[in-house]
Amino acid sequence: MRTRFATVSHWWNRQSRPVQWAYMVPVVLFLLALPVLNPPIITTEPYTDFPISLFNAAVFALIAIGLNVVIGQAGLLDLGYVGFFAIGAYTAALLSSPDSELGVRYPWLVIVPIAMVVTMISGVILGTPTLRLRGDYLAIVTLGFGEIVRLLADNVDPLRGNRGFQNIARPGGEFADGTPIFSQTDALGFYWLAVIIIVIVLLFMGNLERSRVGRAWIAVREDEDAAELSGVPTYRFKIWAFAIGAAVGGLSGTLFAAQVGYVNNQRFDVTTSILYLAAVVLGGQGNKVGVIVGAFIVSYIPDRFQFEPQYRFLVFGIALIVLMIFRPQGLLGMRQHLLTYGRQAYQKLFGARAAVAPSGLSASSRARGDLPEAVPDDHAGTSPRGGGE
Amino acid sequence: MPAAGRAPDAPGERVISTVLDPAVLTPLVVHTEAWINFDVGLLIDRFWANTINGLAYGSIYALVALGYTLVYGVLQLINFAHSEIFVIGVFGVYLTFLGLGFEPGALPNLPLAAIILDLLLAGVVAMVVAGLAAVGLERVAYRPLRRRNAPRLAFLITAIGASFAIQQVIRIVRGSNPEGTIRLLPPSPAFTVFGAPVTNLQIVIILASIAMFIVADQFVNRSRLGRGIRAVAQDPATATLMGVNRERVIMITFLVGGVLAGAAALFYLMTIPQGAVYNGGFLLGIKAFTAAVLGGIGNLRGALLGGLILGVAENYGQSLFGGDWRDVVAFVLLVLVLMFRPTGILGESLARSRA
Repeated sequence: MRTRFATVSHWWNRQSRPVQWAYMVPVVLFLLALPVLNPPIITTEPYTDFPISLFNAAVFALIAIGLNVVIGQAGLLDLGYVGFFAIGAYTAALLSSPDSELGVRYPWLVIVPIAMVVTMISGVILGTPTLRLRGDYLAIVTLGFGEIVRLLADNVDPLRGNRGFQNIARPGGEFADGTPIFSQTDALGFYWLAVIIIVIVLLFMGNLERSRVGRAWIAVREDEDAAELSGVPTYRFKIWAFAIGAAVGGLSGTLFAAQVGYVNNQRFDVTTSILYLAAVVLGGQGNKVGVIVGAFIVSYIPDRFQFEPQYRFLVFGIALIVLMIFRPQGLLGMRQHLLTYGRQAYQKLFGARAAVAPSGLSASSRARGDLPEAVPDDHAGTSPRGGGE
Repeated sequence: MPAAGRAPDAPGERVISTVLDPAVLTPLVVHTEAWINFDVGLLIDRFWANTINGLAYGSIYALVALGYTLVYGVLQLINFAHSEIFVIGVFGVYLTFLGLGFEPGALPNLPLAAIILDLLLAGVVAMVVAGLAAVGLERVAYRPLRRRNAPRLAFLITAIGASFAIQQVIRIVRGSNPEGTIRLLPPSPAFTVFGAPVTNLQIVIILASIAMFIVADQFVNRSRLGRGIRAVAQDPATATLMGVNRERVIMITFLVGGVLAGAAALFYLMTIPQGAVYNGGFLLGIKAFTAAVLGGIGNLRGALLGGLILGVAENYGQSLFGGDWRDVVAFVLLVLVLMFRPTGILGESLARSRA
């Protein structure tokens, strides 16, 4: 299985940009058409409305893309990501719901940038004290952060606890027959919006990854001490990863709040954070396509096959353990390793085979000694005792 | 008493707790009147009661924190699933009481010897079950990763996955509602300290916890196996070369941590009889970890000190800010400690505590 994925991505990486686009556009168009086609085997009906299920999967994918920046790119384990999602949703609620004490009713398009800035700032505030610490402390502090956000939603009166906010603004627009494009009952318009947002975010992330920032993240992930010694301001770039990841989380929160039209304190618990983590790890940390597939698995499969929610949590918990043992790079491994001209550089330096090799983060392939020297050791920035001998 | 020294920190905590949440609250700062108290009078009124309750509850934190600290000292791993080991212990106690025929809520008129025997039995069952669960967890989840020399992130993710999976198994088996059990030792005031009652239950818990701590401390610092644990914590490679069986040391570390969590489970259920629930370990686990960091992770005495301080500080926070903010105190304290003294009060390192 692994070789097949590797072959596909190898083939993919050899294509030029325009050719890649020529393949991507029909795929995106197909995804957009999916809820209209409502294909018999893929559809989740009659159990769950198919457009709503797809919309939820798309929001999940957006969250996974954002979390991937933090976990996959920068190698920071964030277990409180649901907190950013919640902050985005609550910002939308506070700025547009008639229940809000602020008394303003901004349109959705105005809310989105505000919410992203607010979550970005909250990411910086969470990151500033904690990102100086070792990675495992970060995990538990972010866990605490997610819980604090939930407790605030419970306890702070203006956030209305369980009563929540109703009538949150949604984007305007009507179909030709006068029905609104974006409505609570028909998620079709929201699904399209989500897919388009995902494409835009992916383009942005792709450019970011190939930029100085992206290279710095990878350097931090692979070996923080070495990166610091090489002159990478690791602390600053870790905060950037946190802020950008948080902003995407906030964006998905506003999208979600707009579709549901209602926010209360009930869906921002830590187990949700773990599901996000499962999506990222399942698909392949550091691989944008991978995390989308992972999000799709975590969100869509239970809808399609009518899992009991409790088994869903159990299955994905076990999946995390099994994956870490047998396939730590995720289903579609292939972490992006280098760099501005990554593909070309690898091909020049090591020939065609090596362009595949960087996927081999697992110890087994390193043990066989089939990796080029340039692939860094993966005891990322920890004490020499980490992981153990 | 460390407790007295904590009081001046309280205003600082409040500042940070408002700093932590500006994203949600920036537009709302004007509304600060109702939803958070700042009741210094209540804090002073209930100072001694809070201190005593905090010490009793804090010793439960301390016992769980020992498990985090031992594993961290040896493997540099936050064993997130330790809280679930604790919950397994809680259900061990619960099922033992059920097996002994005690209905929830009943108050049987038993002789003291019978009560002590029943509690001891429940405690032993919990310690065995939790200890075995911890060793099993290490076998199933962490050992394969060590074999493969996996990166640290993989260990953390596995720990999260294991925690999640165990939690869900318990939920599927026992349902998601808290289950009540009997109060075998109903609390009754034994004597008062500065007007605050001290119950027999609290005395038992504090004394028993300290006894367990001393046993654990002596085990690590004096016994041959304990020397092995410290050696592996200090330098695994050299320890292995010197003939220390690293795998066995790791297994024993998990076993000791699990046994202590089992004891904590008994005291927990004696304090909160309706506390047997699948996710009951989450908050307690995160607080126990906070306690371990507070005292200096990897340091056994630090875990004890951190647990007691956290238990007391949490109670002060509850009086000061109101009951809803009790759990926030622990998280804020964690962030504060990590910001200003990440090595904790007593400093890190299991390896450096010498016999």
